[in-house]
Amino acid sequence: MAATDELISIPALLARNVRLYGARPAWREKEFGIWQSWTWAEGAAEIRAIAQGFLALGLNRGDHVAVIGRNRPSLYWSMVAAQMCGAVPVPLYQDAVAEEMAYVLDHCGARFVVCGDQEQVDKVIEVQEQIHHIEQVIYVDKRGMRKYDHSRMNALADVAAEGKAGHFRFDADLDARIAELDYDSTCVMLYTSGTTGKPKGVVLSNRNIIETSKNSSGFDKLRPGDDVLAYLPMAWVGDFIFSVGQAMWTGFCVNCPESAATMMTDLREIGPTYFFAPPRVFEGQLTQVMIRMEDAGRFKKRIFDHYMAVARRVGPAILDGQPVGLGDRLAYWIGDKLVYGPLKNTLGFSRVRVGYTAGEAIGPEIFDFYRSLGINLKQLYGQTEASVFITQQPDGQVRSDTVGVPSPGVEVKIAENGEVFYRSPGTFMSYYKNPESTASTKDAEGWVATGDAGFFEEKSGHLRIIDRAKDVGKMADGSLFAPKYVENKLKFYPNILEAVVFGNGRDRCTAFINIDLTAVGNWAERNNIAYSSYQELAGHPRVYEAIKAHVEEVNRAVAEDPMLSGCQVHRFCILHKELDADDGEMTRTRKVRRNIIEQKYADLIAGLYDGSDSVHTETEVTYEDGRKGAIRATVKMMDAATVAPAQRRAA
Amino acid sequence: MTTDEGYMTADGRKIGGVLMEMKNITLRFGGVKAITDISFDIREGEIRAIIGPNGAGKSSMLNVISGFYVPQEGEVWFRGKKRAPMKPYEVARQGIARTFQNIALFEGMSVLDNIMTGRLTLMQAGLASQALWWGAAQREETAHREKVEKIIDFLEIQHIRKTPVGRLPYGLKKRVELARALAAEPKLLLLDEPMAGMNVEEKEDMCRFILDVNDEFGTTIALIEHDMGVVMDLSDRVVVMDYGKKIGDGPPEEVRANPEVIRAYLGVEHA
Repeated sequence: MAATDELISIPALLARNVRLYGARPAWREKEFGIWQSWTWAEGAAEIRAIAQGFLALGLNRGDHVAVIGRNRPSLYWSMVAAQMCGAVPVPLYQDAVAEEMAYVLDHCGARFVVCGDQEQVDKVIEVQEQIHHIEQVIYVDKRGMRKYDHSRMNALADVAAEGKAGHFRFDADLDARIAELDYDSTCVMLYTSGTTGKPKGVVLSNRNIIETSKNSSGFDKLRPGDDVLAYLPMAWVGDFIFSVGQAMWTGFCVNCPESAATMMTDLREIGPTYFFAPPRVFEGQLTQVMIRMEDAGRFKKRIFDHYMAVARRVGPAILDGQPVGLGDRLAYWIGDKLVYGPLKNTLGFSRVRVGYTAGEAIGPEIFDFYRSLGINLKQLYGQTEASVFITQQPDGQVRSDTVGVPSPGVEVKIAENGEVFYRSPGTFMSYYKNPESTASTKDAEGWVATGDAGFFEEKSGHLRIIDRAKDVGKMADGSLFAPKYVENKLKFYPNILEAVVFGNGRDRCTAFINIDLTAVGNWAERNNIAYSSYQELAGHPRVYEAIKAHVEEVNRAVAEDPMLSGCQVHRFCILHKELDADDGEMTRTRKVRRNIIEQKYADLIAGLYDGSDSVHTETEVTYEDGRKGAIRATVKMMDAATVAPAQRRAA
Repeated sequence: MTTDEGYMTADGRKIGGVLMEMKNITLRFGGVKAITDISFDIREGEIRAIIGPNGAGKSSMLNVISGFYVPQEGEVWFRGKKRAPMKPYEVARQGIARTFQNIALFEGMSVLDNIMTGRLTLMQAGLASQALWWGAAQREETAHREKVEKIIDFLEIQHIRKTPVGRLPYGLKKRVELARALAAEPKLLLLDEPMAGMNVEEKEDMCRFILDVNDEFGTTIALIEHDMGVVMDLSDRVVVMDYGKKIGDGPPEEVRANPEVIRAYLGVEHA
């Protein structure tokens, strides 16, 4: 085996994997209804051919190569091929509209763009009207591309074929370029999703990626033979760590779904052993299970309810290896045969050894549901600037309200204002072409401000995150305002998809609610409530009643925490449209953009505070093809009962 | 310019020679004349539209092309040969496939099975081999399945591969029907109102697919459509019918300017 100190770049790791695991599957993709697979040796040959093709097209050292498309082996290969040539891959969000893409392509100055299909090529061509440094557009899927002007455009397969054919010309140059890569050269550049302002290009070195992959793989004992499903945006740091960094470090197999719409089927077919999903995926699956159980026969429903109660009682304890009585173990074993096993199989979680969720807070019921089935679901806390990992939960110490202990090699400290800082081998090099932001985020000693407010629990030593530090504000009476804390509690109800709480600097809190069309629609069907549109359902009086009950329950829970009791929601309205990234209301990773929402719906917010019963409003929406339209609606405002804070009630 | 060898379209596609020619077709149902003395041709690689107001005889025309109706007068020439009256399966074997205005799929069967039926005329294995699913039949099915999977990929319906057709929304059913027609690898594809009852987004998707089919497989397409915008964007040449007669024939912009066509669609101008 090669010495660790030689493994200082992704291409070096690839070469080692070919030596050690050459004949094992490294990438799979479902295409034409069948899982196609490539071993490490086969994949490495493809990557080398693409790299040589890039050289033939004139890719220079230090160039940025933009990669846009859904998760496919050929796009992962293109990224590694770019690294071999001494260039830097820059994966972009594939669902970004052309103008969003224009900013990033302009900022990184990419000469080469690798696109998944015609849709992405069209966007790049649109962008080329404004920026002129893109020299080569390379596409994977040939469909519909025949009529395009190919003077500066190539199919990836042709690029690879040309590289292969001319390998004698390029071998020496390519080997020299691979040899030049060192631990501090740039591995990848990833753009932040831009919750606040313009996206920033985070430059991550080989050291960042490889050290992080090494530490985190060790933490969870990942090994060759593990399977992951690569379905999260390639532009997201997590996907780069899981599907490239950790996959290369440990030599496990990356499986790419057939299309976004088949992801759930593909998940079941692959049965990954290591799985990551944002909370909304777990929420969505649980909602589906519950909806289907509502429609099941009475006998099945009773078995399900009975054994789920058993699982809730003893499942997590069994998973954590705590002592559990023989009777309970037996009941759990029967439940596993009758309910949990088949259910896990249906969900595609039969083989999951390590599962993670992050990005948003996950509802305790949702979290416990999966854990009680025996799925080792854990939480982590991280960000792009840290190469993902800041804290994570060790096996056996998993809870829904914390994000775990500092990951191996990571130091964490809490500033006086409650903001979380960290320092780690994964800490990013810099923001590309943005020294001011780099300086304001990372200090001379390497400490990075996360922008999140949190604290360490004294008993367990686990970190708890309250909110974005800048979102934490003060109410008019000086009490703490932490909107995310309340929003997360609201979102734990299946009926509520999104919530936005207002109240900074005001005397009371109010909220916007987005209903979850799947859950509320199903409820409406069962209760014979007719509706013809999202808007009508959202405005239905009985939906308002149901949401009001949820809000009041949350108010009671919030009131129990004396520090945050001021955040109870006094009035709310249900929005007439879903908050959408296409309208700029959320980021591509589905985080609420508070400022934009505040401006856009200023009339509704005014209505929430001036006591009016309803507000007539008109909202601009953007359709998927980029055209704009408007939705008009009269939105009702409703009061919710609040509870006096705990200590005052005692007085 | 149209010559015997074909012509170039505005977007630079080469259209070939005559694939099918209608010569003086007249079709009667009892005393009712559905089609009166119509002649036109369909060229290789072309997207040819037949338009007209309600009751103009468009669907009858398509049924004549597909061989379902046999005209009392006139001749149908296909690939340089005069066509005799034929059974539907003979038409299919000749390389003509179609979709229907009212979807005609097997509702209880999966999408995959429905599309597989499109390859029926291409299956060669004997009855015994088919029944036992052994030897030639098994190899053949694998090959056919591969073709079908390519079409599923092409039309982006992977996610409903195993879904029974009865559970699908209308727009997707239309796409499945197109897939089944494509599975027969037709020379000539007949589409009877492919966009009827669709919303804007579904129509755009369908247009895309029709253009892609024509581009990718070189399939000649004849379609009937109500939506004028769609027809004008999509087709290379348009036949306009009214009361069973041909009142216009030519490229979309020429047809649009034709006073006869304007009169048929918008009514007569009374000065």
